Amino acid sequence: MKLKKYFAGLALAAGTTVISSVALAAETIKVGVLHSLSGTMAISETTLKDTVLMMVDEQNRKGGLLGKKLEAVVVDPASDWPLFAEKARELLTKEKVDVIFGCWTSVSRKSVLPVVEELNGLMFYPVQYEGEESSRNVFYTGASPNQQAIPAVDYLMSDLEVERWVLAGTDYVYPRTTNKILEAYLEASGVAKEDIMISYTPFGHSDWQSIVSDIKKFGSAGKKTAVVSTINGDANVPFYKELANQGVSSEDIPVVAFSVGEEELSGIDTGPLVGHLAAWNYFQGIDSEANEYFVQQWKKFIGDEKRVTNDPMEATYIGFNMWAKAVEKAGTTDVDSVEQAMIGIEFPNLTGGVAKMNKNHHLSKPVFIGEIQDDGQFEVVWETDGVVAGDAWSDFLPGSKDLIADWTAPIKCGNYNTQSKACSGQAQ
Amino acid sequence: MSTVKTAAQPLYRWFAEFRQPGRGTSWLVGVLLVVTLAMSAANLLLPPESPLYVSTYTITLMGKYLCFAMLAMAVDIIWGYCGILSLGHGAFFALGGYGMGMYLMRQIGDRGVYGNPDLPDFMVFLNWQELPWYWFGMDQFWFAVLVALAIPGLLAFVFGWLAFRSRVTGVYLSIMTQALTYALMLAFFRNEMGFGGNNGLTDFKDILGFDLQADSTRVALLLVTTLLLVIAFLTSRAIVQSRLGRVIVAVRDSEARARFLGYRTERYKVWLFVYSALIAAVAGMLYVPQVGIINPGEFSPLNSIEVVVWVAVGGRGTLYGAIVGALLVNYAKTRFTALMPDAWLFALGALFVVVTVYLPRGLAGLFDRFTSKNAETAWPERAKESNGGLSTAEVSA
Amino acid sequence: MKVLLLKLWMAVAAVLLLPTGSPLAQPEPTAPAVGSVLQQLPGASLKKTGDLVRQLEQAGGAEMRPLFEVMLAGDLYYVKESGQLLQIQKNSDGARMGISLFEGKSLGEFNSRDIKKVRVNNRLRSQLRDAIARIELLHGDEAAQIAAVLAMLDDLNEQNLRLLQTAQQAGVSAEVSTLIELAEAMVQLRTSTDTADRLAAIEVMQGRLETPVRNQLQRLVNSDSEQDVAVVAAAQKALDKISGRMEFYGQMEQLFFGLSLGSVLLLAAIGLAITFGVMGVINMAHGEMIMLGAYTTYVIQQLMPNAIGYSLLVAVPAAFLVSGSVGVLIERGVIRHLQGRPLETLLATFGISLILQQAVRSIFSPLNMQVVTPEWMSGSLAINPVFSITYNRLYILLFSLAVFAALVAILKKSSLGLNVRAVSQNRDMAKAMGVRTEMVDAMTFGLGSGIAGVAGVALSQLTNVGPNLGQSYIIDSFMVVVFGGVGNMLGTLVGGFSLGVANKFLEPATGAVLANIIVLVCLILFIQKRPKGLFPQRGRAAE
Repeated sequence: MKLKKYFAGLALAAGTTVISSVALAAETIKVGVLHSLSGTMAISETTLKDTVLMMVDEQNRKGGLLGKKLEAVVVDPASDWPLFAEKARELLTKEKVDVIFGCWTSVSRKSVLPVVEELNGLMFYPVQYEGEESSRNVFYTGASPNQQAIPAVDYLMSDLEVERWVLAGTDYVYPRTTNKILEAYLEASGVAKEDIMISYTPFGHSDWQSIVSDIKKFGSAGKKTAVVSTINGDANVPFYKELANQGVSSEDIPVVAFSVGEEELSGIDTGPLVGHLAAWNYFQGIDSEANEYFVQQWKKFIGDEKRVTNDPMEATYIGFNMWAKAVEKAGTTDVDSVEQAMIGIEFPNLTGGVAKMNKNHHLSKPVFIGEIQDDGQFEVVWETDGVVAGDAWSDFLPGSKDLIADWTAPIKCGNYNTQSKACSGQAQ
Repeated sequence: MSTVKTAAQPLYRWFAEFRQPGRGTSWLVGVLLVVTLAMSAANLLLPPESPLYVSTYTITLMGKYLCFAMLAMAVDIIWGYCGILSLGHGAFFALGGYGMGMYLMRQIGDRGVYGNPDLPDFMVFLNWQELPWYWFGMDQFWFAVLVALAIPGLLAFVFGWLAFRSRVTGVYLSIMTQALTYALMLAFFRNEMGFGGNNGLTDFKDILGFDLQADSTRVALLLVTTLLLVIAFLTSRAIVQSRLGRVIVAVRDSEARARFLGYRTERYKVWLFVYSALIAAVAGMLYVPQVGIINPGEFSPLNSIEVVVWVAVGGRGTLYGAIVGALLVNYAKTRFTALMPDAWLFALGALFVVVTVYLPRGLAGLFDRFTSKNAETAWPERAKESNGGLSTAEVSA
Repeated sequence: MKVLLLKLWMAVAAVLLLPTGSPLAQPEPTAPAVGSVLQQLPGASLKKTGDLVRQLEQAGGAEMRPLFEVMLAGDLYYVKESGQLLQIQKNSDGARMGISLFEGKSLGEFNSRDIKKVRVNNRLRSQLRDAIARIELLHGDEAAQIAAVLAMLDDLNEQNLRLLQTAQQAGVSAEVSTLIELAEAMVQLRTSTDTADRLAAIEVMQGRLETPVRNQLQRLVNSDSEQDVAVVAAAQKALDKISGRMEFYGQMEQLFFGLSLGSVLLLAAIGLAITFGVMGVINMAHGEMIMLGAYTTYVIQQLMPNAIGYSLLVAVPAAFLVSGSVGVLIERGVIRHLQGRPLETLLATFGISLILQQAVRSIFSPLNMQVVTPEWMSGSLAINPVFSITYNRLYILLFSLAVFAALVAILKKSSLGLNVRAVSQNRDMAKAMGVRTEMVDAMTFGLGSGIAGVAGVALSQLTNVGPNLGQSYIIDSFMVVVFGGVGNMLGTLVGGFSLGVANKFLEPATGAVLANIIVLVCLILFIQKRPKGLFPQRGRAAE
């Protein structure tokens, strides 16, 4: 009996949702949100879902787009990669969304990619990644390796006079590629092979004793040593805890991380981490009016004074606003028109300066190096002079040094080989 | 009330007929074939505006569900009929999937982003110079299929042979299968393995020369899946109804007694385990071209547990129960993740608890009780079992 | 070549430093100089700040220490308008309170817009720390002196050497004195041309594990320009000896790492050894019980932010109660109905684990929660320069043993334990003898869950406190229990530690992932060989 009631309640809930979405469908622009709300990636992605919802709210308060209200359609791909593809298809064919904001991990993006290309959807991907990709249907608003890794290494080399390098990462594509690029870059800058140590660990690695001890030994050779960390997500907390406990201070061996931002730090006691570094295109602590407004707006939206903002949120913010601008410029949400309108669109960064969408669907953005403070925020210790244009294809990988992406006529290709003057991977 | 009952009597009897071995479950085959054929026709022949049109999204979704159903059936054969609870069947599924994935990867040829005719993209940008030896021959469909069956089959054989010979049973066996799939997951996560690491294999273009993104290919894949599911179903039914099947059930109910009667129980178990692994592998092979990606996540122990849950929901020890369970739970999952993304785990979790506590024999058991209470033609052999007393082997575990 | 360059650099440095003299040898605070340097601090670039700190040290000496400490803590600010330097401290309300430098007078509250921080990066921090160390050497206690000398070993220039000698003349403890002698030997080896002197220096350095010693010897051995064969041979010998000792301590370290990993596995598995091992419930929600314990720690720390040091002590019983009562609820609500169907408990508890995970996500947000490590659990116990044991790991190792002992005591000595064993061995007989089996079941499950919660408190000190915490331990826990032998507590202990040690000794050769895989495969093969684990349960209860 109880059971029956339960199911009746469920059915009712299901029914009302369907009705409400049908009623709205006719006169709204639909924004699909494809971020995991459960599973291992929920920890990072839920924030981005909320960011998109906030942006949609904000846009609606400004009167929507093209005279229509925006409507967010949220689905949960549950950190399950094939489910990402399925949900993308659902968003595009069943919900008929006009744009998707989504994905965090590379594998989820790779899973969704064939679907958005097949159905000619439009997706904004807001997370720093390994590069080596440019799709007509995707805009990459996060950093590519030349907008994060290379400036960070430059800073360590010039300002901290680092001579010995530990490249530590989680064993997946982003760290592998980034480290390949960095290895080539370091060797080109005259670093000897024996001064580079590379170490990979599995996802969620929690026992860092041996590796930290190895790093300590590697760093005791009398040369200034730094760790370049592409360690992902949950593995960071135990890593930093172990560093602190084994007495590796940021003054002896600084760690510069590409995947640790304000949000990750909010789960760590940052006292012992002060002075370790991170490289991003955005820090919450950067002083600017736009940023202050954004931070306040976020705290209000989420109803928590302690919530922080981070780089992928800014990337979502820029992506969303650029899309809105492009839709207005094109006068339609039609994917082909918006795609062309997007190229060259500019929008102010939260940190000052202007981000620009380039022909390769990547952004030009400034790069900052920040040091961790004891309040879980970053203090900028270095920044690039101007903006850095994101490279879709790295110049430091033998396979991709001849490739460029250019989505304007006459090339219109995501992987154009400048040597053979052909779009590789397509029928000649 | 009583008039209703009398009126319904023939209906119940009719239902009960299905439950008879030999005649019973053919309706499932019929329904499956009719539904998928109708869906295919509706997708290909009707215009998208038609209210009866079935979208390609639904077609691929259905294809995926059927692959899961096949996997669930594979688990049910050994769990429901032989009392071997495998918490690692996802491993065989994923291995089959990787076999197919490798073939599809090789089919991309020089259409990858780097235009390398031999190496898949993920190898190019990690600076691999040549194709690892185990990738050779995978560009031939027949060879890839052979490998995709041989590897899981061999693994199941070795694992089963070792385990059943030393009489590892019950919980121990379950935990070992879990360790097996977990170890494989860790291994496939390693980029050095040459299977694309965490990203796995993706961005497939075509299969046997047919474009994977074409509606017709998708429909064809769905039909092939249905057909193979039906074949697997009929074969499995033939097995469980044969003399062999009786020995297998005897092993489930009391392995020691069966052994004392002179049956080499471990041989039966190994044989059945390999058969089940092969079905799982076939399911994996069909799964990959339809969802478009295979990655180490498929090896995750949680996935395998989920499969067991589908079987439990549907009702173990009945082949159709496994299929129905897989279809229902996955459909619910699809609905819930869209309707209440924040809370669907509550619903899913509650479903598992409710089913195990209140429906120990799953929906099939409910159906059974429903029919046997009203119709006089209760199935005697089953009646004994539905008294809650399942296999003694499990109770002792 | 390198040595030559180094010498040259030393000479230049010495000449450059000479005119200003050793600041601390003649402490003569030149007030105006300090003032004018301080004026340049506001708005200076990081590089410039470094130069200014150097000047301040020379000009101000020991008096600059409070300033350096404020800078080191990142509390040095200046008023944007006037350029006045001051220390800012946040009070408990988060208001920024100004404090004047050197005098320590309160300057009242400041608006964050009006003040700006004097930026400090980690390079500057290390410079400040060194400067403070130099001051400490003459004015600090023994521990500070040791730290100061060790810091100077890296950078033994004329100035530092003279400082060390001054300190020694002023009288220091024997340990500090030995270290200073070591420093002198290092300088002697580098600068002297007399073979006998240098051999004597190597004699002093022999067997020392300090990194700079090793590096200097290594450089000497590798150097092409070194002519003195006897010195090179002696250095090589000393180096070999050091390597030998390091090798030994490396093995010790690995053993400790292994034991530590083992203690984590033991903690994670020990609750399961009861719910699964004794009761036969395949408790897939075990990991979530651990998670609840960790979240309890978080909540306790939120409730007593001013007594973080004691929070863990409070959290242990609290976590036991929380997880234990949830365990009792689960037993009463669900598992009770699955009596005698162990494999189905797997499904039901799997459902429960999903519900608990989502519940935590809904209540606390999917983000990781910040659990603070108390002071007494941070840092490490340095046994020598190459071997130290981190406190948190050490305490957790001891804690795991204590929990284990307590649990064994409960099972063996208490009446609950007697009942638990009776019920698990023969339920019907126990019932016939008047044991309230239902009650015992609930209590046993509660005990197992409670212990898992206690494990959660410990794990919160090592890893993330988030909704996925439990999942990452569930498989390992099952492995440990099965490996040790279901129903055998000692087996769980031995199983946990041997898996941990095996893993850590494989890791250097194979890497973390492969080590894990190898251990798993070995485990699978082992169970095939001995299906009932290391310590099989004997007697009728086993069937």
